[in-house]
Amino acid sequence: MIRKKILLALIATLAAPVPAAFALPADPLKSPMWEYHAERLFGGATVRFDPAVKVEIPEIAENQRVFPVTVDARALPDVKRILIFADLNPIPVAVDYAPRAAAPFLATRIKLDQRTPVRAAVLTADGVWHVSGNWIDAAGGGCSAPPVSRVKGDWADHLGEMHGAAWVLSGTQTRLRVTLRHPMDTGLVENIPAYNIERVMVTSSAGTSLADLQVFGAVAEDPAFTFIVDDAKGPLSIAARDSSGLEFDGTVTPRSAALAAR
Amino acid sequence: MNLTRRSLIGAALALPVAARAETFAGAYAPKAEPVAEGVWMVRGADAPILFDNGGMIANSAIIATDEGAVLFDPGVSLEHGKALGALAQAVTGKAVGRVYVSHLHPDHALGGAAFDPAIVHALPATRADLERDGEGFSDAMYRLLSDWMKGTHVVLPLGDVAEGEAAFGGRKFRLFAMQGHSAGDLVLLDEATGTLLAGDLVFHDRAPSTPHADLVKWRAALDRLTAVQHGLLLPGHGPLDRDGGAIAQTRDWLDWLEATLTQAVADGLDMTEAGELPIPARFAGLKAARYELQRSVSHLYPGLEARLLPRL
Repeated sequence: MIRKKILLALIATLAAPVPAAFALPADPLKSPMWEYHAERLFGGATVRFDPAVKVEIPEIAENQRVFPVTVDARALPDVKRILIFADLNPIPVAVDYAPRAAAPFLATRIKLDQRTPVRAAVLTADGVWHVSGNWIDAAGGGCSAPPVSRVKGDWADHLGEMHGAAWVLSGTQTRLRVTLRHPMDTGLVENIPAYNIERVMVTSSAGTSLADLQVFGAVAEDPAFTFIVDDAKGPLSIAARDSSGLEFDGTVTPRSAALAAR
Repeated sequence: MNLTRRSLIGAALALPVAARAETFAGAYAPKAEPVAEGVWMVRGADAPILFDNGGMIANSAIIATDEGAVLFDPGVSLEHGKALGALAQAVTGKAVGRVYVSHLHPDHALGGAAFDPAIVHALPATRADLERDGEGFSDAMYRLLSDWMKGTHVVLPLGDVAEGEAAFGGRKFRLFAMQGHSAGDLVLLDEATGTLLAGDLVFHDRAPSTPHADLVKWRAALDRLTAVQHGLLLPGHGPLDRDGGAIAQTRDWLDWLEATLTQAVADGLDMTEAGELPIPARFAGLKAARYELQRSVSHLYPGLEARLLPRL
């Protein structure tokens, strides 16, 4: 009896028009993984392909271990989250960024494991995900080959070394660039467990959280991040934590020299 | 979040048939252009390595001698090397007796597979480079060029060359062991005609590429090349240089590249932004300029950041 009920329930589940009920828009990139990712990342939320999200990538993936991606969603109001993901990566999501008191802008570098769409998904306060991106051809191995510093063997000598600078932009914003030495092990290389930076937070001198970034193993070795944060007159604090619980921090005082045309 | 193997396989099967269809290569048809007495230039496409051009992007040179043709740079693949060998035989009337490989890069080196390794000569640094990187290059070329690469294995050059006088088949050469574009850049001067085979130390109307570049050493090599008395210059990529402009053009690009990327780091730009910077009008005639700028950003930017961004 119970078995029959389970069977009926199964049939009912199969018959139901599964999550297609929330009507995902057709993927302009025709990715084989679009629906898989969209259902998991966006749940039942409204999703829109939106050119207002600018995903800037080079025309060639010269180095599949270090592929630069810049997301600029400054054309959208009230951005809550920015995801960067690559559909066909074994670790698809690279970052999940909450620009708390910051422009919806982020630049970083990710690994690519094969030809894949590289996308940004931007959540606005009205609950809509705005998605944009493009295909990039890439050789394999970005995620499944050991990091350069593992091969050289010097990763531990430089672990957590932080470099950076900040530039006051016109208006009340500051551009912050931070690089960190870290192997960013994916866990996909034999005998090297996953080990990566998990979180990077930027705080103002008054203690206000400006930028809160979750980082996954798909971000490139020795990660680099560019933020545009609000109203940072005093020094900025950067705090990073990795998956072993190690914490790295640094402080940078913005330079007054304004950037040309940025 | 991690993908399961099953979901990836499912996705692969869902790809339209056209996306999985095999594509087949054509046949290499290199052409030799006589440029001096007993010297022919074989032009590559001034483009990135693409399936459409079979990777035939580097220039080669053929020199006639009494003991057989000298082939300078045997191309990217077994078939390319064979086609160049047949071309050398056709224009000189003799089979290839000596092959020089100018440096490690696959568009110049992997075609060495078409010849007896005993007649393939290179700088010791180039053989060491190929021992280290050859298989990786081969993988990368098979991925990009697939069928064009069939049968190609990495064959290490067995002949060592060193700086100084050399002769083959009664023809005198001066060889120069330089570096800068790579760890070993072989340059050959044909004494009879004054023709200088510069390899990839000199690009002409095609943007230089920098995957193994040391810009300080590259500039020093360009100084030396300028000082070597020569007539025509065969660049590694781009048209024959008749007036000596190609060395200056290569230097101009490298100087601009380094200054521009250094300034980009100082201005707080990230890699994509640096790769989108405007390219000056004087480089408008250089093929593949944006492509090579973005490649160079990938090669040089992390090092510049490590040097120029202050330690926090």
